[in-house]
Amino acid sequence: MRLIADREVCIGAGMCALTAPDVFDQDEREGRVVLLTEVPGPESIEAAEEAVQLCPSGALSVERD
Amino acid sequence: MTDTDIPHGIPLDRETPFDPPAAVMALHRGAEMRRMTYYPSGHLGWLVTSHRLARKVLADTRFSSRMGGPAQAPVPMAGLEAYADFEGDFPVTPGMFIEMDPPDHTRLRRKLTGVFTVRRMKQLEPRIEQFVEERLDALAAGPNPVDLVREFALPVPSLMICELLGVPYDQRDRFEADTATIFTMDGGAEAKEAAFGRLYAFITELSVAKRAEPADDLLSDLAADTELDDAEVAGMAMLLLIAGHETTAKMIALGTMALLENRDQWDLLRERPELMAGGVEELLRYLTIIHTGIIRQVKTDFEFEGHQIKAGECVTVSVQTANRDEAHFIEPDQLDVTGDAKGHLTFGHGVHQCLGQQLARIEMRIAFSRLIARFPDLRLAVPADEVPLRTDQNFYGVGELPVTW
Repeated sequence: MRLIADREVCIGAGMCALTAPDVFDQDEREGRVVLLTEVPGPESIEAAEEAVQLCPSGALSVERD
Repeated sequence: MTDTDIPHGIPLDRETPFDPPAAVMALHRGAEMRRMTYYPSGHLGWLVTSHRLARKVLADTRFSSRMGGPAQAPVPMAGLEAYADFEGDFPVTPGMFIEMDPPDHTRLRRKLTGVFTVRRMKQLEPRIEQFVEERLDALAAGPNPVDLVREFALPVPSLMICELLGVPYDQRDRFEADTATIFTMDGGAEAKEAAFGRLYAFITELSVAKRAEPADDLLSDLAADTELDDAEVAGMAMLLLIAGHETTAKMIALGTMALLENRDQWDLLRERPELMAGGVEELLRYLTIIHTGIIRQVKTDFEFEGHQIKAGECVTVSVQTANRDEAHFIEPDQLDVTGDAKGHLTFGHGVHQCLGQQLARIEMRIAFSRLIARFPDLRLAVPADEVPLRTDQNFYGVGELPVTW
């Protein structure tokens, strides 16, 4: 799987950084999503998928292999 | 309740302190979405009650945040009658981006999101801990029994938002009472307008002072932003101030009462403090203090879930029923701090999801954790049915919470 983050859609609610802090961060200026890795390790996959599901703005998606 | 019954607004009267009104749960069981008439004009709109559709509506910007204001309300409020014939979109107070759609909403919200990130809020933890400990010290040294709302639940978030914004806490009598008035549904139109006016003047006065003499706070940053005009700065600051203390205060007080009345849950959190982060989510879900729902209006005709929705029709999302939806949560009518409350909609969903949610989470986590640790034997000082419940405010909660130890 590969994660995609659309920073134009992001509204900086922080659900991703809260749910999967190993995978998502927020930039300092506007709090928009920053992908720390496009391909999360096995230990972070579950949290990353949960974050995609919880994202309020629909800025996150998953590309399956 | 059948799926074709048309209620007049959202029922507010409760049978028990922690559960949504039985009447609104009956509407939810009857249909995910139904017609509903609105106050004061009798406008025929919609009510959405399921978790699935609540998420869909809130994530879809075709459901606009621009609407008729007091001309279309899902609950009765004093003074609405004056707007019964009003048509079109109600004027927005500049800066009040919760009443705007993208791109206006986006432009203003992004001025603030950098301040409320998960990391920035985490940096505030030591300060929140200090506020909480100071209030608990005062509690321990003061009279017993005491009103927990006044001495703890309200001061903690109020102190924090004051510090963040740069509002002097010793001037709280200039915003706390007026905020409560604004949120009181039967408070009277004139009283509410007067309260709004005073609050607006207070904030404007402060932002002018911050522009002349900037400090290290959010209001100074907003006042110095050349892309924002004076009215926008005042509106944004006012929004942060009123949204930043009343809501969390209600949750801390009602959450404490819910834990005291479910003593096994209180004890569980006392014995296993690591459960607190999940416990806070569960309290947010279970108590859903936004009991009047979230209202939107559609601007074009379209089909949604088999229903033809027409331009101008309002759609209210009942968050309290969505958070008790058995299709999404396991045993939703139980308060279970070990349960999985993820996906609750208490902070909303979509582009308007609560800006201050990461602050609210930390404030609640620290407040409940320290309260339980320092006062493990805390109990209600009056019978539970004598605790005054406030169903007459936009955010549900207790008016006061007499406790003893």
